Amino acid sequence: MEHTVIKSRKTFSLKDVKELWQYRELLYFFSWRDLKVRYKQTFVGVAWAIFQPFITMVVFSVFFGGLAKMPSDGVPYPIFVYVGLLFWQFFSGSLSEISGSLINNQAIITKVYFPRLILPISSVITKFVDFLIATVILIGLMFYYGYIPHLSGLLIIPLLLLITFMASIGLGLFLASINVKYRDVRYALPFFIQTLLFLTPVIYPASIAGKYSYLLAINPIMGVIQSARAAILGTTPINWLLIEISLIGTFILLIFGIYVFKKTERYFADII
Amino acid sequence: MKNMQIDTKNNKNLKPIIEIRNIGKKYNIVHQKGGYIALRDILMNVLKSPFSFLKTKAKRAIGLEKKEEFWALKNINLTIKKGEVVGIIGANGAGKSTLLKILSQITPPTEGEIVLRGRVGSLLEVGTGFHPELTGRENIFLNGAILGMKKKEIVKKFDKIVAFADIDKFLDTPVKYYSSGMYVRLAFSVAAHMEPDILIIDEVLAVGDAEFQKKCLGKMDNIAKTQDRTIIFVSHNMEAIKRICSKCIYINKGKIINIGNTEEVITKYLRKNQTGQIEYTNTKIKKDEAEILKMTIKDYAGNINSNLDMSESFFIEIEYQLKVELSCFVVLKIFKSSTPNIFILFSLSNDNNQESPKNPGLYKAVAKIDPLLNSDSYSVLVGISTNTTNYLDYIIEHNVISIYNSGKFAFPAVETIRKNSLTVIPIKWDISEM
Repeated sequence: MEHTVIKSRKTFSLKDVKELWQYRELLYFFSWRDLKVRYKQTFVGVAWAIFQPFITMVVFSVFFGGLAKMPSDGVPYPIFVYVGLLFWQFFSGSLSEISGSLINNQAIITKVYFPRLILPISSVITKFVDFLIATVILIGLMFYYGYIPHLSGLLIIPLLLLITFMASIGLGLFLASINVKYRDVRYALPFFIQTLLFLTPVIYPASIAGKYSYLLAINPIMGVIQSARAAILGTTPINWLLIEISLIGTFILLIFGIYVFKKTERYFADII
Repeated sequence: MKNMQIDTKNNKNLKPIIEIRNIGKKYNIVHQKGGYIALRDILMNVLKSPFSFLKTKAKRAIGLEKKEEFWALKNINLTIKKGEVVGIIGANGAGKSTLLKILSQITPPTEGEIVLRGRVGSLLEVGTGFHPELTGRENIFLNGAILGMKKKEIVKKFDKIVAFADIDKFLDTPVKYYSSGMYVRLAFSVAAHMEPDILIIDEVLAVGDAEFQKKCLGKMDNIAKTQDRTIIFVSHNMEAIKRICSKCIYINKGKIINIGNTEEVITKYLRKNQTGQIEYTNTKIKKDEAEILKMTIKDYAGNINSNLDMSESFFIEIEYQLKVELSCFVVLKIFKSSTPNIFILFSLSNDNNQESPKNPGLYKAVAKIDPLLNSDSYSVLVGISTNTTNYLDYIIEHNVISIYNSGKFAFPAVETIRKNSLTVIPIKWDISEM
């Protein structure tokens, strides 16, 4: 028989992990709901998940690649920018979904108990499905331009996804927690994400920053995109140091995010 | 010796399923113009008057100035045994819902702890997490999962849920096209089929039509009696509490006032409401000529009771004082709070040319009301007046009379259509062949 003790507690413990596991079906149902609802009453449905990155890629290719003659490490610009966009949109999409996940589920939070971490995590899963769908375009592009990926390089993709996952959850949990109390996040975030896009080598190669390019390494997504290009397109050799820095950086970010979230979690229902 | 051993073993098995130890819940009262707090406002406050901001912060830190606090619950101690069905009653804002929220782990207690020995399912609202865009079928799964059911469990009970809700034709229609009745039926049906060890239910029966409410109560009764489930049930509907609960808790201002046998606690609760009226003072009026001291509602047997059988007469007693010599009369109005200008009953003490006393002194006026009100709750106004437009003093008590149907009436009074009639005056019919 289950045995629960209710009292004020604030820290993350092994019990939380166990609880998350117990509620894994709810995690699935939340993601399923978000995917299902998003494309209901839309004309082309899931195709939106392909249109968005595809059109962005075309626009960027025309303006940055074609007109502005942005360098692309010797790779055709469309494919170069698409790899960047793929990971960038996974990150930025997750970040904004997570930040709003508590507010958007306010009605449920104030009426039912479940580990609140389920909501942000399910947001990432939803975005990950989008990521998988959008990958189809990448495969098409690679065929079109005749690029054969290095099989050994593909093996680090899961690692890169893990970094993206941790980065978006870590930062997202922090933003979601503040968002419950101060709704400013809602207005500041789109602006923040847009700024971050230009600070991340999505539309340009990191090499453009010359000897200052190491400064960009502070941004973990830079490491992810740089390594993804190295792995899939073979632009540069894989920089393991960069991956390690990103991994450690995002891990710290994740711990920080969980810490803030757990500290405020129990009071969400009172102040939301 | 042997007996004792068995006893201790039994005791171990019979550890209470819920133990609430010294629970308290504090809220900080935030004075706010409305909406949410924006970081901007806080920053602006700091910038505008940095010194006073620092001063209050510092004062708070050393404890000179306290934040405005409000204890929604204080020192709540309670043990509930397995299989008990416990009702919680109390006025609005007494802390009932806060207690349920703490038990459901939605909000943490500020102090104390609770031990729960079993799986908890809480139903604080019907249809939590229903998504309007999803179909009935999809919502059953989503809502079930939110309420803590496993997918396997939902699949197993799916047919029963649909049958109870009676919506099989609309199973694949998005619930946004449902009528509110269908929506509530489906939502309750999902909730009714979860099988936790401890079921926590807030005032959810307030929705839906009379027939459906009856069905819900029946289902809850069934769950309680046949499945040995522990239920905690909050309601303002005393009849529902009496029907289902074996034990009752009366909470007022965050404290437990009474625990015990349902009938007794409810009687005490209703009487307490009565004393509330005794202390009633109307400060807007000067009362230098006349004053109403007390209004009491008594049942046909003369006991103070405002929960009344619709087939019996009852009494409204008004104690008043005349301070000067005055020609006046007592006014009595019974009405529904939703339509305060339409009276179900209007009566004056000088009806039938009956003289009311004029000399200064203490008086008691008793009005006998024959059984004519249908089961519902009614508001009462009693006043003293010299004409019908002004009162020298008056008391209004909203929803103070609660009439229930005990089934003693000759006609079946709870039929859905008859429910819409405010009165149940027996009319004599005469049908003859022409």
